[in-house]
Amino acid sequence: MNRLQFWPQSASAAATEVDHLFIALLVVSFLVLGLVFGLMIYFGTKYRAGSTADRSDEHLKSWRWEVAWTTVTLLMFLALFFWGGDLYARLYRPPPNALDIYIVGKQWMWKAQHADGQAEINELHVPVGRPVRLVMTSQDVIHSFYVPAFRLKHDVLPGRYEMLWLEATVAGTYPLFCAEFCGTDHSRMGGRIVVMAPAAYERWLAARGPSSTMAQQGEALFRQLGCSGCHGANSTVRAPPLEGLYGRPVPLQGGGTVIADDQYIRDSILLPKSQIAAGYAAVMPSFAGQIEEEDVLKLTAYLRSLATAAPPPENPPPENAPPENTPTRAPR
Amino acid sequence: MSVATAEPAPDAGAANYFFAGSTIRSWLLTHDHKRIALLYFMSITVFFFIGGAAATLIRLELVEPAGWLVSSDTYNRLFTMHGVVMVWFFLIPAVPNTVGNFMIPLMLGARDLAFPRLNLLSWYIYTLGGLFTVYALLVGGVDTGWTFYTPFSSMFSNSNVVWALVGVFITGFSSILTGLNFIVTIHKLRAPGLTWYRMPVFLWSLYATSVILVLATPVLAITLLLLAIERIFRIGIFDPSIGGDPLLFQHLFWFYSHPAVYIMILPGMGVVSEIIPCFARKPLFGYKFVVWCSMAIAAIGFLVWGHHMFVAGMSMYAGLVFSLLSYLVSVPSAIKVFNWTATLHRGWIRYDAPMLYALGFIGLFTTGGLTGLFLAALAVDVHVTDTYFVVAHFHYIMVGGMVTAFFAGLHYWWPKISGRMYPEYWARMAALLIFFGFNLTFFPQFILGYLGMPRRYHTYPPEFQFWHVLSSAGAAVLAVAYLMPLGYLGWSVFRGKPAGDNPWRATGLEWQTSSPPPEHNFAVTPTVTRGPYEYTPDPVPQNA
Repeated sequence: MNRLQFWPQSASAAATEVDHLFIALLVVSFLVLGLVFGLMIYFGTKYRAGSTADRSDEHLKSWRWEVAWTTVTLLMFLALFFWGGDLYARLYRPPPNALDIYIVGKQWMWKAQHADGQAEINELHVPVGRPVRLVMTSQDVIHSFYVPAFRLKHDVLPGRYEMLWLEATVAGTYPLFCAEFCGTDHSRMGGRIVVMAPAAYERWLAARGPSSTMAQQGEALFRQLGCSGCHGANSTVRAPPLEGLYGRPVPLQGGGTVIADDQYIRDSILLPKSQIAAGYAAVMPSFAGQIEEEDVLKLTAYLRSLATAAPPPENPPPENAPPENTPTRAPR
Repeated sequence: MSVATAEPAPDAGAANYFFAGSTIRSWLLTHDHKRIALLYFMSITVFFFIGGAAATLIRLELVEPAGWLVSSDTYNRLFTMHGVVMVWFFLIPAVPNTVGNFMIPLMLGARDLAFPRLNLLSWYIYTLGGLFTVYALLVGGVDTGWTFYTPFSSMFSNSNVVWALVGVFITGFSSILTGLNFIVTIHKLRAPGLTWYRMPVFLWSLYATSVILVLATPVLAITLLLLAIERIFRIGIFDPSIGGDPLLFQHLFWFYSHPAVYIMILPGMGVVSEIIPCFARKPLFGYKFVVWCSMAIAAIGFLVWGHHMFVAGMSMYAGLVFSLLSYLVSVPSAIKVFNWTATLHRGWIRYDAPMLYALGFIGLFTTGGLTGLFLAALAVDVHVTDTYFVVAHFHYIMVGGMVTAFFAGLHYWWPKISGRMYPEYWARMAALLIFFGFNLTFFPQFILGYLGMPRRYHTYPPEFQFWHVLSSAGAAVLAVAYLMPLGYLGWSVFRGKPAGDNPWRATGLEWQTSSPPPEHNFAVTPTVTRGPYEYTPDPVPQNA
């Protein structure tokens, strides 16, 4: 036997708040259980067959009781709803200054990428006291990113980006689990979250620092995969220019517009036929099955880094326009 | 037996339904709802022990953190089979198709259900579905979990998903036919004088259950069909890599499977509403409130499916709406608990085995219901969903609640069904042992869940071991306790002392005919003159 645990570790402000609500629920539950069991035992003893207790007065039987306990129950439930809902809404919306880290789940491992290019597997290093926003997707089936010490969990789905934000308060190492059944080694798809003091975190980033950021790695992929052949300034194929695209509305063929966010860029790479930019032929090949979700994230980081670049003139003449190199760091 | 029915039918006792024919053919082609109920009893007992065997292996395996008995793939198949078999082949038919099938016409004062042939067909369809599921088990099992989440089930699993889908799909038609049969029967075959508000609550809850069966089960059928289409033909419905949406599956699946929870629990509530007044010798407190709570649960139960998906990637606003509705749907259940408790007030309470089971039901169901409030509280759900907390919660409702209610009903109506009394001492011991074993098995799982132990884990971190060992010890007790009724009820069929027509001195019509009932239930159709629970404290039969 190992050391006996009664209460989970806490490593975030949210954890403490969830604990408070949980304790309130425990109190309510034990009060109700006490009431029901207490009455059952009391009535059960006093009015057992053969007892001489007085049973004459019948006027207690009344609809007023029904109204009373229905009202009390309803009010109590509404209070719990508001408490839980308010906290959920706050847990749901990341603060604007959050540090983005990208998570990819796949059978049966967790991969994390930091904007500066550091990558880890089954581990995630985060600093104390800084909101971190996890942008998560899955390579295959549904997984769920679960850190009990933060009281946080969110499903990680294939084909879309799900967000989860957290702010750790206590340095230490905490278990990470997959909470959505995902096949054979589901129970081994875990790892650890390493929460570090800010200075230690910076040191860790520097020690792990690869030569290039996510955006730079994306730019390399952009050439390697041949994207630049059509989307580049010198291309002969007429493809939408990508400079200044990120975060802007894109008019679609057949009407409507879509904001060029991470999801749109991902879909355009893997399912290019699904949303075609107005005025362009649907000639882009799908890269589904050829590149991994991490690569999509890097390409997206590259396009994000181009967000502030001036779009080239419409139908650019094939001249010697150099591909611009933008600032490497692109926090949202 | 009242004097009125005894006189014109001197042979009613001799030609009871059980001896109306002795050939196998007379059983397999019977149209008698009572015999069909016994066929169902046999089938669900077989499935209960298949599902129970899987549960036993799961608990054995979890004694060690690293696992010691089976491989991960086998473990995944075990909990899937446990879920599929228990949900669709035991819990959903358990009370409606056995006790319900047997008792509905008797409690209505009718000769049979409205469609006796359909009733038999329903059993055959159920059995056929069961055979497909057993086949899936025999050729290697399924590893998706009973929830069949996509795209794992449709594109990734290497197990016999389609055979299991076929089994569940087919069995769904049995549910629909049974629901239809019950609805029509309750509308059309009530005895003279049996108005809606004179109906026992058990019939009301089966009515509410039947409405859900008829409305929700087709959605399950469609969902499973779509899943099979994606798996076999690779047509993108749920898998995003071929253009589908995995959340669509969850919405469709829970649109059936949440109401299915009420399919499982409402009949149990009905059983308990019969037993408490009978053994407290008191009219049920707040009859109309209890009745309309059943209907409210059936209605609101259709609007809360999203609470299974608070962390699945729904919008925050959807989460808030589903949380509010989930709190609303739990109000009627709370009202019922208060009414049952209030019924005890100023009663003349006896503690025969059915009453022990019924009181056990109230305790376990209340615990299960209260922990539902934790799960409806959004921020807490984020932490405990998909952990052992959820596992403990729904086992408290479905096993602590529903299975205990099933045993309560089985013991209560056993004298009517078999004509014999079971040994009271053993029945009380089993009731107590089930209550104890159940709590020992599942209470530690609440703690495990809050500690962060995810469900469906073959291996787990060693710090969780203490609670797992406790839970497994409880499961051993529970296994023995569940085997006991099989032994003493079986014994009583041959050796039990004759029960008499109305051993509990109950008021319902089913007690006013002989035990076991004659083939056509009543020698003379009873005329109902009063409500179902007139214990003053002496019972006044409904047809008196």
